[in-house]
Amino acid sequence: MELDFGPAVRDFREELRDWLADHLVGEFAEHRGVGGPTDGAAWEVRLAWDRELSAGGWLGVGWPREYGGRGLGLLEEIVFEYEYARANAPYRATGNALDLLGPMLLKVGGEEQKKRFLPPILAVEELWGQGFSEPGAGSDLASVRTRAERDGEAWVVSGQKVWTSFGMHADWLYVLARTDPDSVRHMGLTMLLLPTDQPGVEIRPIRNLAGQDEFAEVFLSDARTDAGMVVGEVGQGWRTAMATLGIERGTTLLPQQLTFEREAESLIELARERGALDDPMLRRRIVDAWISVRVMRTTNLRTLAELTAGRTPGAQATTAKLYASTRHQRLGHLVQELAGPAGQIVGADYGLDTRQRSFLLSLAETIYGGSSEIQRNIIGEQILGLPKEPRP
Amino acid sequence: MDLTFSQEQDELRTVVRSFLAKYSDEAAVRRLSADPRGHDAVVWRRMAGELGLQGLAVPEEYGGSGFGYVELGVVFEEAGRALLCEPYFATVALAAETLLRCADDQARADLLPGIASGATIATLALTEDSGRWDEPGIHLTARHTAGGWRLTGAKTFVPDGLLADLLLVAARTPGGISLFAVGADAAGLTRTFLPTLDQTRKQARLEFADTPARLIGAEGTAWPVLERTLATASVLLAAEQVGGAAAALDAAVDYARIRVQYGRPIGSFQGIKHKCADMLMELESARSAAYAGLWALDAGDDTETALAAALAQAFCSEAFTKVAGDSIQVHGGIGFTWEHPAHLYFKRAKSSEVLLGTPSYHRQLLAARLGI
Repeated sequence: MELDFGPAVRDFREELRDWLADHLVGEFAEHRGVGGPTDGAAWEVRLAWDRELSAGGWLGVGWPREYGGRGLGLLEEIVFEYEYARANAPYRATGNALDLLGPMLLKVGGEEQKKRFLPPILAVEELWGQGFSEPGAGSDLASVRTRAERDGEAWVVSGQKVWTSFGMHADWLYVLARTDPDSVRHMGLTMLLLPTDQPGVEIRPIRNLAGQDEFAEVFLSDARTDAGMVVGEVGQGWRTAMATLGIERGTTLLPQQLTFEREAESLIELARERGALDDPMLRRRIVDAWISVRVMRTTNLRTLAELTAGRTPGAQATTAKLYASTRHQRLGHLVQELAGPAGQIVGADYGLDTRQRSFLLSLAETIYGGSSEIQRNIIGEQILGLPKEPRP
Repeated sequence: MDLTFSQEQDELRTVVRSFLAKYSDEAAVRRLSADPRGHDAVVWRRMAGELGLQGLAVPEEYGGSGFGYVELGVVFEEAGRALLCEPYFATVALAAETLLRCADDQARADLLPGIASGATIATLALTEDSGRWDEPGIHLTARHTAGGWRLTGAKTFVPDGLLADLLLVAARTPGGISLFAVGADAAGLTRTFLPTLDQTRKQARLEFADTPARLIGAEGTAWPVLERTLATASVLLAAEQVGGAAAALDAAVDYARIRVQYGRPIGSFQGIKHKCADMLMELESARSAAYAGLWALDAGDDTETALAAALAQAFCSEAFTKVAGDSIQVHGGIGFTWEHPAHLYFKRAKSSEVLLGTPSYHRQLLAARLGI
């Protein structure tokens, strides 16, 4: 995948390429391509790499200068993600704050909040976890039951959150809580910023099916945070949360795309090694896997082109996740089949190779960020205009 | 990055769509489908005269407008949406593209202006009884005589072969594969209408008995020209398939919104809603596959075009068939009737699937081009 972003960003691109060539070396280079949105592998190395990026001024390329960013535009952000993915640099450990919390604060946060929280994100001094899902609020996020009450100049928060990615590392959480006890569903929810270093916060890792302690459950028992830690308005937390989920900058598409393309190439190599290309049935599936990755690429390019042209992305931006997640799983199954019995053997302590890890972690892709079933509801109702399911 | 449509391209789409909504509505499609020579000469002339559609991508020196493939793709997409029955694909995607690629300036100067003006309906006669779209499938022979070239043999499954004024014929000659132009009134030419499952796109069988023909380009050099033409036509057919799938999905969604069962619109049930969502995912993915081909064509990148074209046919053929089939399913019993237009799209999808080679064939082309 070779993209020409035009002369306007040529200097920026050259500077970035040079910097990556100089700094993605040694231990960092040994961890090329390591990590992912649900993959906590080599956490400490990746954190050190994030600090290296920070020192070079490469975190927050599109964030305003006053908060420590570079103050550049969407095109530069896209170029950054493209070159970053092309260099196959480690997946950023601070991804959650950079991709979700930061943009949310930039969009609806107060000035004090921005000044207080954004610079430490870019300096990799504070890590963040998301406190949205609950045991009883998964796809149906609006049925959040964690409650927050005012006690003088503080909010007191109690409840249970779950599936907080890299929660064990979080210094702060952004929590969706019910502040109006009589409210139902979307009303009466508030977005709160909450420090984890206090007695009322207990974070326990959850082991995922790949054997990694990557996500966590969070128990809040009269946990406290200052009254000023509300993002947006009290009672408008749903809107704030949706603003976060609605931030589709398109910049997250490229790293995933290049990963999938590398996997498709590696699949063809594996097939060649195994002599599988002589099997017409397998050959067909290999071609289909290649086709699906190419289709994802063009779909992403269409969205990026619309975003950089200042247009609202078309329907493909909404169907892209459903397509990519399901086809990536299909690719993983094929890799496993080609790997044969040897693909079933793992290392000590359930040590997985890249193919095994990517295959197992791909099972999360049709669940997180809105499951495939929720995606189909969104496509059906918001894009096609089909009627909602009547509430019982 | 210019991988998005410009305002002018959006306007072209609007103009073509409203033109076709008027002149290729369901009544017109059904009327022309029922007639072996079904084609509306008035509409054909308007397409050329008012909108310049036949000459859209023909260079200005040959009477066209010199636009690119993205513009042409927009027109094919809209033609697919409207199930246009005019011989547009045969004339523009097959014949004009062949002439544009051949190394014969004189043939271009002689033949393209007629196509661009709407005076000439043309087609490419390549397939024979085997139905193959590759070089070994060509057996019809041409021999050189004192009076010029003569063709003997048969071509079949020729799109709009009965209507065409100009036939471009691929034939075997001592030097390899050569291309010939034959007029509809040539001696020794017999044309037979082939009734088709999909009545919106006509086919004919052409028999040549010592038929005089004009050699286009140098003898024995036509296959690379035809290969590139077929890649281009594959991309344009993919755009047409995208348009057809979009119309089939629109119909399904419109119906799911108003059809009430169990006291609610059926589109509120996830069984239907999720099916429609999957149809949109197929459609948007097919759009990506087709557009990638259009961009590669406009970039003038033959290698990338060859890959993108095979991919587009493998993908869009199946996507159109899937969406058109699911549209019948969403419509239920009414979708199974002759009177409802759902089957027109489904049948167009099935005929398009094999028009330039099956999806399996295009996967093989793709695999070969990828070296796997």
